[in-house]
Amino acid sequence: MIRPMPERRPRIAVVVFPGSNDERDAAWALGALGADAELVWHADEELPEVEGVLLPGGFSYGDYLRCGAIARFAPIMAKIRRFAEDGGPVLGICNGFQILCEAGFLPGVLRPNASLAFVCRDVRIRVERTDVRITGRCTEGQVLTIPVKCGEGAWYADDLLVARLEAAGQILFRYEGDNPTGAVGDVAGVCNAEGNVVGLMPHPEHAVDPLLGSADGGLLLAGLVDAALARLLVSV
Amino acid sequence: MRATVLVRPKSGILDPQGEAVRTALDHLGFAARDARVGRVIDLEFSGRSEHEARRELERMCEQLLANPLIETYEIEVRP
Repeated sequence: MIRPMPERRPRIAVVVFPGSNDERDAAWALGALGADAELVWHADEELPEVEGVLLPGGFSYGDYLRCGAIARFAPIMAKIRRFAEDGGPVLGICNGFQILCEAGFLPGVLRPNASLAFVCRDVRIRVERTDVRITGRCTEGQVLTIPVKCGEGAWYADDLLVARLEAAGQILFRYEGDNPTGAVGDVAGVCNAEGNVVGLMPHPEHAVDPLLGSADGGLLLAGLVDAALARLLVSV
Repeated sequence: MRATVLVRPKSGILDPQGEAVRTALDHLGFAARDARVGRVIDLEFSGRSEHEARRELERMCEQLLANPLIETYEIEVRP
């Protein structure tokens, strides 16, 4: 079988908001995993030619009002919405997850940790589904060690919505054992109905090398690179 | 025209901030059985009827000022 070879590496936009602070780690990790990361400023009107989008962690707009609530009005967000509606892979990490929830890309909302404390430590998350591209490199039920670092990471949805999401398979990650934020149902991450938009609180970009304590995060970011590569191959 | 929007955590939703406030009050010797922490947003408009302002405020709340999943809001309009 002849596999089509792309002329270039897949490109992934890493969106920078005022107050983002994990964009460089994310860009570095994506580069190491075979993609070209491009930092894109929130006020840009156009998304460059990319096959994937990553919304990094941080404190966009100082977390004013509610985390992620202001960032969703950034000019670039309209283009990211169109990209996602077209099936493009979008990954939101921590503040990026909060933004995706506030913007309605993903269900639920992130609330202050039940402990009211900022939590910064390695946690274990269980992968509930592997038939979406971003978790495609994991095995079902695999437990990943990835750090969280957040003050407002308690995912919340009411019972009805949780039941609906469970039935639809949209709960993608759950904390294993220790739930660091008080998230409902131990939920650490979710995806949209189509599976191309994923958000999670833990930071895969901080766990891409054994030197950092774990390389498990690399599996998820490599999944994003795979998704971008698949899109690139379709587009040529 | 001025308006005040009161945003509250929905009842039944765990409010860790409120809980921290209640505990602190307890330490001071005040006996509050429950405390919930919300948000006040004061706004100023020019040249709108009260009816029009109220309708606009509703839309502001739905789109930005409150998250209907976890919060309720009350609107107060003053000339």
